[in-house]
Amino acid sequence: MNLHFELILEIIPYILQGLFITLEFTLLSAILGFVWGVVLALFKISHNKILNGFAVFYTSIFRGLPLILSLTLVYFATPQLFHYDITALEAGVITFTLNSAAYISETIRAGIAAVDRGQREAAIALGIPYRKMMWDIILPQAFKNILPALVNESIALLKDSALVSTIGATDLLRRANIVAAEKYLYFEPLLLVGFIYYILIISLTWVARILERRMRRSD
Amino acid sequence: MIEVHNLWKSFSHLHVLKDVSLSIAQGEVCAIIGPSGSGKSTLLRCLNLLEQPDQGKILIRNQEITSPKMDIQKIRQNIGMVFQHFHLFPHMTVLENMIYAPIHVKNIPKKQAILKAKELLERVNLTNKADSYPARLSGGQRQRVAIARSLAMEPEIMLFDEPTSALDPEMVKEVLEVIRNLAHTGITMVIVTHEMAFAKEVADRICFLDEGQLTENLSPDEFFSKPRTKRARQFLEKML
Ligand SMILES: Nc1ncnc2c1ncn2[C@@H]1O[C@H](COP(=O)(O)OP(=O)(O)O)[C@@H](O)[C@H]1O
Ligand SMILES: [Mg+2]
Repeated sequence: MNLHFELILEIIPYILQGLFITLEFTLLSAILGFVWGVVLALFKISHNKILNGFAVFYTSIFRGLPLILSLTLVYFATPQLFHYDITALEAGVITFTLNSAAYISETIRAGIAAVDRGQREAAIALGIPYRKMMWDIILPQAFKNILPALVNESIALLKDSALVSTIGATDLLRRANIVAAEKYLYFEPLLLVGFIYYILIISLTWVARILERRMRRSD
Repeated sequence: MIEVHNLWKSFSHLHVLKDVSLSIAQGEVCAIIGPSGSGKSTLLRCLNLLEQPDQGKILIRNQEITSPKMDIQKIRQNIGMVFQHFHLFPHMTVLENMIYAPIHVKNIPKKQAILKAKELLERVNLTNKADSYPARLSGGQRQRVAIARSLAMEPEIMLFDEPTSALDPEMVKEVLEVIRNLAHTGITMVIVTHEMAFAKEVADRICFLDEGQLTENLSPDEFFSKPRTKRARQFLEKML
């Protein structure tokens, strides 16, 4: 076996630019997905039948479709439908936001349901309005319970982000493939980006542990 | 201060309150006693509409709170409630627990809210616990914080639902002491309790609930010496 890591030294900067794209993409999708997921979760626990039905239907759609199908659909259908020339990054962020919100909303809904009923009653008895009760009393407690699940969701998001390479975004994986095609070297660049993904995910897990520990301070 | 007219409440097919009428004057301390499951908590929870009655009227300060156009949040700010299991907000310190509602509901400036909270903590003997999280407190301390948290809203009415039932025996006294001191401040109080001696000492009136009916509504002296119904007599024999 002959490996040529010296050959890819020169393309490391090129690969690292892909890292920024992967991170930008994951971070944007995670944040937007979380916000939209919270909204969907609130729809799911609301007594409004329309909001409730919408959120349930929405979730079933994203659960029922392969992610790569949604992604290609958004990327290729948007220019056709809206006459907007969507970039691969935009298409990726939109799809992954919509998708991860569907999953996260289920997690958050369960997290809210797991918060002691008495918390809500105490808040109501104090005259705290619904919105403040949710944001300041219920959601922080729910969030703490589901933090590990949320981190798992971000890890999944980071891994799935490699799918944007299929629509041409020059993320980590795509760049590895480009290098591979140019230099006829497959193992080394793929191993390199594999290593980068691995480090990212391990760090994420580690950050989550610290967060969890800090939040447990109040227990 | 509080008037209850012909209140009915059921949970699906279970009739929990049956035609309960009751009126409590300003500054009065009313103890609600009765067997477990007789509807004491439900009655109390109707008073701030944590439960919606099926029929009947409730008036607080001559305002009908059961009327659909009532701003119930406004009314609730004036009614403190203390639960059996405290329900402190676990992610907030004692002080944060106490100032949240004054600041966010009554729009009191933070400085002023803190001042008030510290004053109340002194009253319940927990000055040194202001920055602790609830999980670090004993049951008795938590319940005293819960009482102080309610008082921070400066309510005219306080509702207590078995405030000492979840406590270890040695902590019951410190909580009762706080409630006893409160009774002397002229605040109107409704207390559901199984502490007969305490009810006798502190209450101006005893209401006995039996299977959802208010069968006795007497002064403590009368109630504890000669209850009118057989059921109340039996209940007292078991409790004393
Ligand atoms: N939310 C509820 N749903 C169904 N049944 C309830 C609910 N709350 C109370 N009950 C029932 O109503 C009855 C009276 O309850 P409660 O008012 O808590 O009694 P007490 O406080 O006197 O022990 C009990 O049989 C109880 O099981
Ligand atoms: Mg009860």
